[in-house]
Amino acid sequence: MSTLKVLDGEDFSSWKCAACGEKLVPKPIELGYLESRFKVELPSCPVCGLVLIPEDLALGKMAEVESLLEDK
Amino acid sequence: MEQNSLREWEAKCIQEEPPRCKAACPLHVDGREFCKQIAAGQVDKAWAVLCRTLPFPAVTARICDAPCKNSCLREKVGGGIEMADLERFCAENTKRTPPFRPLPPRGKTVAVLGGFLPGLTAAWDLAKKGFTVTLFLKNTYEAFETLPQEWLTVDIFKHEIEVIKKMGVTFVENSTFDDTLDEESLKNFDAVFADPIACSPENLKISTPSLTTLETEKKGLFAASQPEKNASPITLIAIGRKGALSIERFMQNASLSAGRERDEPFETKLFTNISKVEPLAPIAVPKNGYTADSAKEEAARCLLCECMECVKNCVYLENFKEYPKIFARQIYNNASIVMGTRRANKLINSCMLCDLCTEICPESFSMKNLCIEARKDLVEQGVMPQSAHEFALRDMEFADSEACAINRHQNGFEQSEWAFFPGCQLPASDPDAVKNSYSFLCDTLTGGTGLMLRCCSAPADWSGIVDLFDKKSTELRSDWESLGKPKIIAACPSCMETLHKAIPEAEITSLWSLLCLYRKNLNPVLPKSIPALQDPCSARHNEKLLADVRILLTDLGLEFTEPELSGLHTECCGFGGLLSDANEPLSQKVAEHRASKLDGDGITYCAMCRDLLAKTGKRCLNILDIIFPSENTDPAARTAPRYSTRRENRVRLKEQMLENVWKTPSTPRPAYEAIKVSYTEEAQKHMEERRILVSDIKKTIEAVQKTGKVLENTDTGHKLIYHRPVTVTYWVEYEMVDGDTYLIHRVWSHRMKILGGSK
Repeated sequence: MSTLKVLDGEDFSSWKCAACGEKLVPKPIELGYLESRFKVELPSCPVCGLVLIPEDLALGKMAEVESLLEDK
Repeated sequence: MEQNSLREWEAKCIQEEPPRCKAACPLHVDGREFCKQIAAGQVDKAWAVLCRTLPFPAVTARICDAPCKNSCLREKVGGGIEMADLERFCAENTKRTPPFRPLPPRGKTVAVLGGFLPGLTAAWDLAKKGFTVTLFLKNTYEAFETLPQEWLTVDIFKHEIEVIKKMGVTFVENSTFDDTLDEESLKNFDAVFADPIACSPENLKISTPSLTTLETEKKGLFAASQPEKNASPITLIAIGRKGALSIERFMQNASLSAGRERDEPFETKLFTNISKVEPLAPIAVPKNGYTADSAKEEAARCLLCECMECVKNCVYLENFKEYPKIFARQIYNNASIVMGTRRANKLINSCMLCDLCTEICPESFSMKNLCIEARKDLVEQGVMPQSAHEFALRDMEFADSEACAINRHQNGFEQSEWAFFPGCQLPASDPDAVKNSYSFLCDTLTGGTGLMLRCCSAPADWSGIVDLFDKKSTELRSDWESLGKPKIIAACPSCMETLHKAIPEAEITSLWSLLCLYRKNLNPVLPKSIPALQDPCSARHNEKLLADVRILLTDLGLEFTEPELSGLHTECCGFGGLLSDANEPLSQKVAEHRASKLDGDGITYCAMCRDLLAKTGKRCLNILDIIFPSENTDPAARTAPRYSTRRENRVRLKEQMLENVWKTPSTPRPAYEAIKVSYTEEAQKHMEERRILVSDIKKTIEAVQKTGKVLENTDTGHKLIYHRPVTVTYWVEYEMVDGDTYLIHRVWSHRMKILGGSK
C-alpha cells in the first residue's frame, strides 16, 4: 500500500505532543472506512504515535472519500 | 426494483407524453419543437424538425391545413398556434434542407400504383427505408392539379419529384389502372401499395381494406377506401404513410397491427397546467405570410406544453433537475449496480416523503413510495450510506432512553383513559408547552391522563430500517398496553401518522382536536399581526385535523391567512423524511422556500415546522404559544434551539415532570456532564452545522482525561484532543480558562477510523 500525501506544504511545527514533549513529524498512518484501508502521511508524535487530523482535511478530502466509499 | 415495476413507475409519469399538437397531427409533427426553434429565430433548425416527419416537405409544408390547431392548448387561452402559416413561413425562408438519405437497399421491391398524395408519400417513405420502389402513374404532374395552390408553384412540386427520383424511385408514366395492373404487380413485386385516388377497391376487385393496416384479401396488396372529395391533404398523406408502414411490417413478417394505436391522431396523456397562463391572441397573418419577426412572435405564443407539475411545486425534485420518469430509472439503476458508484443515493435519501407530488400529479405518481421502497432496498442490501440517517436514529434512541422517556399514569390515578404523547420534538423545542398542555389535559379530561414521553419511531420508519421500526413498534405497543391501552393524544401530526402504523389498534386523537373541543376553556393571547397558517405535511391527509385547527383558531378569534399551497397541498418545512440529516443544504433551501410563501409571521402546529422555519430567520409561532402563553412577550421571535439544547430540554423536562408532578427523584446525570465547558461563537456555529453535541465534546474530554493523549500548540497554547465514542471521531480544540473550564475554540469530526496512529 503506497502512502498518500494529502497535506502539501502545511506547517504543523507549532503542534507538539503534550505527554512526550515531541514536535509532530509526518508519518504514514493507516486509516480505514467501511471495507477500505489507506496509508496517509499525517503529522504524528515520533515517540507515542499520537496523530493530528487537521480540520481542513477532515472536512475536505476525507469527507469526500467517506461519502464516495458509502456510495460504493 | 424489478424491471416490470420500473416500467409501471415510468408509465405513470406523463412528462414525456407528446404535446397535443403532435398527438393530433396525422403525421405527428413535433409542433412544440418546431415553435421553439422558430421563436428562437432558428429557421433552419425548425425546418429540420419538419423534414424529419414530412414527406417532400417543400410541398407538404405549403399545403398543410394544420388539423392540430383545434387541439392546441393555446386555443383555450387566446387561440391555437397558426401552425399552417408558420410552416409556410419556414418553407419560404429556410436556407438549408437536410439531405434525405435512404437506408441501404434491403433487396425488396415495392410497386406503388398511383402518384397522388397517398402514392407519392408511400413511395417517399418506402424509398427512405431502403425498399426499391417503382411508381406507376398516369402523369407525374397529375397530383399537382389536385393540390391547394395558394402557396405552391409547379416548380416547387417538380423539385420535390426530383428529390423522390434521387431517392431511387422509378417513375413509370402512362400506366393504366385496370384490374390486371395489380395482379401483374403482385407477381413482379414483393408488395404493392394502391393509391386510393388512382385505384378504388372496386377497381382492384377487393372488399374494403382493413382500416388500421390497409391490408387486403390479396396477400401483399395494401389499399384504402376512396377518400372523400375534400379530404385534407394531411389526411391523404397519412394514408400513404400508413400503407408504407404496413408494407414494411409485412416484409419483416412482423405483426401488421400490434402497437399501432398511436399511428392515427390520438389523445395524449400529457397534462399542462394553464391556470396561470394569460390569454394571448394569435398574431394576424399578413397577406404575404409571416415575416421573420411576426413568425417569431406567433411561435413564441406556443406554451411548449409539458407537465412538470410535481417539479414546479417541489424544491427537492427541482433540485435534482429531472422529473419522476427519469428518477425512477436512476433509482432502478442505483439498485442494480453491483460494482461502482450508486449515484442516486442522495436522490433517494433527500425526498421529504411528504407526498405533495402524489396530490399534484394527474397520475398520482408518488416519489414518496418510490423513495421509501428504495431506502428499504438499500438497507436490506446493506449499502445504505451510514452517514445519511445516523444522527436522527441516535437522537431517536436518546429520546427513548432512560434520560428522557416517561410512561406513567396521571399522578394519583391507577389507570389511564387517555395518554398524552407529545412526541420527541415538542419536548425538545418547547418543554414548557408540553408541561402546559399536559396540565390542561389532566384538568380537563376525566378517567386519568397518562404521559408517554418518547419518540414515535418516525426516524426508523423514514430511514427504511424495517426491523428497527418493528422493534420500536413492539416497544410502543408494550408501553401503551402497560397503561391499559388508553386513547392516545398526539401533539405532532407525524406522530399520529407513525403511531397509526405502529399500533393500528390504538385509538389516536390529536391534541388539536381536543383543544378544539374544549376551546371555550382556553384563554389565548392573540398575536398583534395576522399570521399565515403552515399546515405540516403529515397533516395533509388528516381532514379532521386540518378542519379542527381552523375551527380552533377561528373560534379563538385569531385571524390568519393561508399560503397558496395549503391543507391537502401543503408543503413540507424541510424536516420530513429525514431530509435535514441526509442533505442539510437542501433542507435549508426547502425551509427558506416555504418561509417565503408565508405572508407575515408563520403559525403552525408542528414543532419541527416551527423550528425549521425559525432557523431561516422566519418569525413563526406554534399555536401553543398563543393558547398557553409563556412570559415571553414575543414568542414568534424565539430562535430554534440547537441540537444540544434540544436534548437538554428533553432531559430537563423529564426531571422536572418527575419532580413536580410525580414527586419522584430522577436518575442521576452521567459524570461527564459535570465537566465545565464554554464555547466561542464560532465553535457553537460549527457544532450546529456539524451536528456535534455538547455531550460528544464532554465525552471526548472525559476520555482524554484518563489517557492524557493531548496535542498542544506552542503558538496559541491551545490543546487538541480526539475521541471516537461510536462511529464518529470527534476533535476538540480548547484552552483552559478560570482554572477548570474548557473554552472550546474549534470542533470537527470524521467517520474514518485511525488504525495505525497512536500506539
